[in-house]
Amino acid sequence: MNLAEGVQLVSGGILAVMMIVTALGVVLLSNIVYSAFLLGGVFISISGLYILLNADFVAAAQILIYVGAVNVLILFAIMLVNKREDFKEIPGRWIRNASTGVVCAGLFALLGTMVLVTPWSVDSTSPAVIENTIVEIGKHFFSDFLLPFELASVLLLMAMVGAIILARRDLIPESMPRQETISTSLTLPERPRELTSIGATSGEEN
Amino acid sequence: MQLQYFLLLAAALFCIGIYGLITSRNAVRVLMSIELMLNAVNLNLMGFSNFLDPTGIKGQVFTVFVITVAAAEAAVGLAIVLAIYRNRETIDMEQFNLLKW
Repeated sequence: MNLAEGVQLVSGGILAVMMIVTALGVVLLSNIVYSAFLLGGVFISISGLYILLNADFVAAAQILIYVGAVNVLILFAIMLVNKREDFKEIPGRWIRNASTGVVCAGLFALLGTMVLVTPWSVDSTSPAVIENTIVEIGKHFFSDFLLPFELASVLLLMAMVGAIILARRDLIPESMPRQETISTSLTLPERPRELTSIGATSGEEN
Repeated sequence: MQLQYFLLLAAALFCIGIYGLITSRNAVRVLMSIELMLNAVNLNLMGFSNFLDPTGIKGQVFTVFVITVAAAEAAVGLAIVLAIYRNRETIDMEQFNLLKW
């Protein structure tokens, strides 16, 4: 084992331990804000593992998209729904948790034996033969993966419009006076917050 | 650094994601567990791309698509959580019984 392999092994081990510990923290910690910050740790360590797998572009995209967009989005969602509520205790819930843990451990054992038993036909060529992965990914995007690439852009547009429509507050009904909403043409007509809560409580009584 | 190492790591991350998906009661934590599972799949794809197909890196292309779908899923899922929170005033998964009979 020369020096490069040793460095690779040590950094891979550190990243693996960091990823597993932070993922367990995401699932097991009771404070949701700590979980959200530890999720960023999971994403960063996975990005380091991508660098160990000779994928520089995807590692950068992982940090940009997950840590920069998804994690911030989750933090904003936590801030918006941050009501410190104590969940009602449900009898027999520990049975559910324990059985889920047993099932997950069994699934991990199954996957682990499958991984270790299967004879993988590992390619003998060095992974470092591609010196520029961005050029190669771009070639794939515009030749044989052109249709999924365009569909992904349409999917992102649909997700953006759908998220805006879902998260927006309800429209003012037609009976309400709406002269103040017409005044600015760039704002969407929205119901005020207290009317929304009244509508929700009256809707629950039905 | 072998292929099996990364596959075992991805399997562990996937199982942690499943455990969090089923047992957590906060709806935002469920979405975080889904992100963990998608990242486990991404790690699998990158491992296969590096060790089994190092010249034509199709696994990285698939990973980019999975990241795209995960970002869209996170946006729509959090919007759904916000809409449910406005209607029900709670984010407890045990009280979301809108689709139960």
